[in-house]
Amino acid sequence: MMEITEGSHAIAEAVRLCRPQVISAYPITPQTHIVEALADFVANGQLDAEYITVENELSALSACIGASAAGSRTYSATTSQGLALMFEVCFNAAGMRMPIIMSIANRALGAPLSIWNDQQDSISLRDSGWLQFYAEDNQEATDLHLLAYKVAEDHSIQLPAFVCFDGFILSHTYEPVDMLTQEDVDKYLPKFNPLERLDAADPISFGMYATPEYYLEFRYEMDQAQKRAKDVIAKAGKEFGAMFGRDYSALIEGYRLEDADTAIVAMGSVCGTIKDSIDEMRTEGKKVGLLKIRVFRPFPGEEIAKMLSHVKRIAVLDKNISLGAKGATVMEVRDALYGSSIPVKGYVLGLGGRDVRKRDVKEIVALCEKGPGDQFYGLRKELI
Amino acid sequence: MAEKTCELFDCGHRACGGCGAALVARLVTKAAGKDSIFVSSTGCMEVFSTPYPETAWKVPWIHSLFENAAAVASGVEASLKKQGRKEKVVIMAGDGATFDIGMICISGAFERGHDFTYVCYDNEAYMNTGIQRSGATPYDASTTTSPPGKCSFGNKRQKKDMPAILAAHGAPYVATTSIAYPADLLQKVEKAIATPGPSYVQVHAPCCTGWGFEGEQTIAIAKLAIETGLWVNYEMIEGKVTKVKKVVRKPVEEYLKTQKRFRHLFKPKRQDAEIALIQAIADKNAEKFGIDIKLPPKKE
Repeated sequence: MMEITEGSHAIAEAVRLCRPQVISAYPITPQTHIVEALADFVANGQLDAEYITVENELSALSACIGASAAGSRTYSATTSQGLALMFEVCFNAAGMRMPIIMSIANRALGAPLSIWNDQQDSISLRDSGWLQFYAEDNQEATDLHLLAYKVAEDHSIQLPAFVCFDGFILSHTYEPVDMLTQEDVDKYLPKFNPLERLDAADPISFGMYATPEYYLEFRYEMDQAQKRAKDVIAKAGKEFGAMFGRDYSALIEGYRLEDADTAIVAMGSVCGTIKDSIDEMRTEGKKVGLLKIRVFRPFPGEEIAKMLSHVKRIAVLDKNISLGAKGATVMEVRDALYGSSIPVKGYVLGLGGRDVRKRDVKEIVALCEKGPGDQFYGLRKELI
Repeated sequence: MAEKTCELFDCGHRACGGCGAALVARLVTKAAGKDSIFVSSTGCMEVFSTPYPETAWKVPWIHSLFENAAAVASGVEASLKKQGRKEKVVIMAGDGATFDIGMICISGAFERGHDFTYVCYDNEAYMNTGIQRSGATPYDASTTTSPPGKCSFGNKRQKKDMPAILAAHGAPYVATTSIAYPADLLQKVEKAIATPGPSYVQVHAPCCTGWGFEGEQTIAIAKLAIETGLWVNYEMIEGKVTKVKKVVRKPVEEYLKTQKRFRHLFKPKRQDAEIALIQAIADKNAEKFGIDIKLPPKKE
């Protein structure tokens, strides 16, 4: 049933329907509406879960590790500084192969303090072993939670996952969302069935230390699981499409890309703006298309190279920056296209909540056609 | 009482000969029994007991990070509760993980009132990383980050009073004990586990490597700590001290001179003023907890 609702509310509702057994979270803007809604659900008996109101984000994710190891489906949500405080725990949760799902309402990292959107927070955890999904709109943000549980808990994967959506731009925006029913979600997402758990009847040790004779293979296994996740996402995404009419089997999506000369590559809510500006540019005769990345980890490098093989130039938009280098996406896309003669140009933009408007997208396309890339876009020259 | 014959902490682990912490693991697992889940922080015990692919733990065991054992245990407990399972949750953490880096997680977990027993094996420094001072290191002890020198007699502070801090959180059961008194240790851990809510047991566990003494002296030294009043075994129920181990006190010197970490107080020159300060710490403990057994005056 379609409902006009706030992104955070739609996400909290989807999480409720996934029946997490243990929720552990700490409030942080702009994630708060989600954890407040879940607290309400628990208080009103609409969700039968243990809700641990921890004293900080490090403990939020640590408690999820304990609960997941003991055999419960777990959930947390955070953003920005909270995610940064979890840095160590993120690597640990992935290394311990705990299929925890965490919503990330993407927000900039300080200093200077900013509560507004960019994707620096989750991108900075790209090497941690978590699967990373990015939503364009609230429908996708909602649906991806179900998909994330399904993939993360698959016995061939067993990795945690971030479901990322732009803070405020999606989390606090009212949009029509197709609200799922418990019956349908139960059909799609079976009960949590961990391969191993803490159990007095069958004692095992979790989180042992590994000497140089063993460590390398642990990392290799994690990398293999990430790579296997491509197929598992394809299967789970297709199944989702068959049940709910929205197919998420592809890790990337093209928009008016088939005959495009210029391809824009982007992630998150900016894709909606880009699609609108592409429609306008098309009426002006400009052959522009979009490649939207929905899954950043595992990185769909081969898929991207294939989908972009025919274009004349590529503009990659990054709402993040590896300071002293480039945006994370442009580096990955360029790596994916290594050996090709198609120029790949990176634009860092929208950091700390700076709006990206249709005219900005058009300007970037013009820049990409003419000049070099690998630059900040939209700088206020008078401030520098 | 637990089945004293069961061994749930297996032999073949990699602790030093005479390790106090290994005894803690053996005794606490005995007290907890097999229907329990253990959560460890990073530290000596974690490292010497679980080099992959070997484990000394015959109970379910989890280690995540240095600072987060109380938070991990919170999650384990919540999960068991949700599933209607009855296993007991026991945390095993060193003094660094407890007094210092894990303090926030511990405070949060105790305030929330999870049902678990937190056992701190207190060997009074960061032994796993090479004997650096912690908030549990006693006054004047030499460690690699509190070395004595021309301007220093070693560690400048007394131990942090962790039991009082946790009692102030409203923990219904807080106790201190020592590996020198295994029956007391077993009894207190059993009591802690049987008490609903978060309980705390701090175990004095001498470290032969870090303190500088021969492995066969571990128990004797732990006993001397009690007998000099530098360590007090007591129980706090609902914040009130209810049971104290009384002793006929010996001078602190008898304890200090057994360990290389206090050697600078005796060589090259005896530091009477410093020894007197440590004696004053023991005297204060004795007064606070009333540990002195008053002997009848000797007949002429």
